Amino acid sequence: VTDFFQQVVAGLASGGIYASLALALVLIYRTTRVVNFAQGEMAMFTTFIAWALMDRGLGFWPAFALTLALAFVGGVAIERVVIRPVEGAPVLTVVIVTIGLALLLNGLAAAIWGSEVKSFRSAFSTRAIDVGGVAVSVQDLGVIAVSLVLVVVLWLFFRFTKLGLALRAAAVNPDESRLVGVRVGWMLALGWGLAALLGAVAGMLVAPTVFLEPNMMRAILLYAFAAAVLGGMDSPVGAVVGGLAFGVIQNLVETYVEEIGATLRLPVALALLLLVLLVRPQGLFGRAAVSRV
Amino acid sequence: MTARTRLALQLTGFVVAVAALALLPRYVSDFRAFELHKVGLFFVAVLGLNVVTGYTGQISLGHGAFMAIGGYTTAILMTKAHLQDVWTIPLAGLVAGVAGLAFGLPALRLSGLYLALATFGIAISTPSVIRRAEGLTGGTTGLNLFGIPEQTGLGIEVEVLGRTLTFNDWLYYLTWGIAIVLFALAWALLASRHGRAFRATRDSEVAAASSGVSLAATKTLAFGVSAFYAGVAGSLLAIGTAFVDPNTYPIALSITLIVGAAVGGLGSLVGPAFGAAFIVYMPILAERFGNEAGGGLPAWGERIVKSPAVVYAVVLIVLMLVLPAGAGGLLGRAAPLLRRRSVDTV
Repeated sequence: VTDFFQQVVAGLASGGIYASLALALVLIYRTTRVVNFAQGEMAMFTTFIAWALMDRGLGFWPAFALTLALAFVGGVAIERVVIRPVEGAPVLTVVIVTIGLALLLNGLAAAIWGSEVKSFRSAFSTRAIDVGGVAVSVQDLGVIAVSLVLVVVLWLFFRFTKLGLALRAAAVNPDESRLVGVRVGWMLALGWGLAALLGAVAGMLVAPTVFLEPNMMRAILLYAFAAAVLGGMDSPVGAVVGGLAFGVIQNLVETYVEEIGATLRLPVALALLLLVLLVRPQGLFGRAAVSRV
Repeated sequence: MTARTRLALQLTGFVVAVAALALLPRYVSDFRAFELHKVGLFFVAVLGLNVVTGYTGQISLGHGAFMAIGGYTTAILMTKAHLQDVWTIPLAGLVAGVAGLAFGLPALRLSGLYLALATFGIAISTPSVIRRAEGLTGGTTGLNLFGIPEQTGLGIEVEVLGRTLTFNDWLYYLTWGIAIVLFALAWALLASRHGRAFRATRDSEVAAASSGVSLAATKTLAFGVSAFYAGVAGSLLAIGTAFVDPNTYPIALSITLIVGAAVGGLGSLVGPAFGAAFIVYMPILAERFGNEAGGGLPAWGERIVKSPAVVYAVVLIVLMLVLPAGAGGLLGRAAPLLRRRSVDTV
């Protein structure tokens, strides 16, 4: 039983990372109706920036803060420069642009910093502490705590600030928001900026365990997609619950279903996901789309 | 322009294109013929993807998996059942097509994004499933089609237009011959009742259903047909490279196909040819650009412009910004200029 709880906590820790990235995806999807295939590479790129800053002698937290600021500006810039021009284009065109963006950031990171694996300093120690008989690493607890704080702050921002309200309004009804004086264009850019910031946090949290290299976010982005879809693409709560659930399920499947083995771990997790989708095509927390003809 | 003159124009274009394709190997090197064989097989795959994505509006990010099914069917039939490579092609298409039908069924419940991600999941799972089914697929080592020349084009001598073919020429004619037949079939299918049902489903599912289109049957058919095309393309790839392993059909292949479909233009039958050319030639051009560019830049700047990945990505993004509807969309935009004041629609 102790082992079980240990696996659950470890699952929650990786789930927290999926949840942050899934939240970033949902944020962009809700504001601009774009599935951002570049989200993982954006996170990777910003993590490299944090690494470069620390390499120049900055401490962890100053580098962390500076990276978040840069990520935000970068996200806004990306929306302005490449997403804005394809705003009215078919969905697939926008998807391809974000795929191009992912390839670009990946290529840039490899060209600037090289593709050899780098170690990334963690904010937390890997020491294990005892919580009610269950050995839990401080790193895992820290990751869970940071993800939770992030979610709460984001929720407070959307729920209680004027800017948050404007962002939600712009996402739900751009035309009427414009009429009441919301600068919709900038709201969309702001959504991208926030998503980039979330991605940066996820990247810096996960980098100590998966190590820093241009392809580090590939699998993680996929899990984040799975989490977002599981929760429902338009539901932030769903993204968080989906992320945590996916992390835990994945860890438990890996530990307890011996015959599956490491090679089929991913397909099994995806099959589970597909099963959920077949029962609830709009995800666990998503609203079914209603369209007018 | 009346429907009849348009049909005549289209047929003339088709005949000219076929003639050009038949003569081309005389004027290009053996190596180029092999490249063009790859363009041909990607043309088939993107054409198939276009049926389901461009005409029926169902985004699939998993067509690489259907190519893998086709390729492995060919490899297994050649190594285990000792079939001639050519005869495995229709079988490969059928096996992939059945897989597509089987996948089309659950896909009915998913729409838009969810379908895209579900298909992406399939693309991602395929390599590990192939690795796992070692007895059939040879696992990580793959299946080798070298050393059985009597079952391939190497074992026979073919003459086309008075010229004995090299192996690469043979591959070229095989691929483009199939491509032309499949192109004509796609044309006929899309002009038929089913094609109209496809487009109606794409434009509005509710409107299509209320006009009597069975959404379930339509989407499943589109998936099946499109998987058949992908299977044939995968089979041709296996025959051309004479070897299959899990990396022959990587996850990136599915992405490559959808990029090809978007660059070529959705809902266009000629567009996929541009898409296929982009898939084959763009990486080569990016590499060449990298070898020549970069003079007078600081070291890091030079590393960036010399990176083929960066060049490829920049070209792709700019292309999508400039031509959001792809090359086919550009043709579509030019078409009204040729047309004199007419009110006819597609």
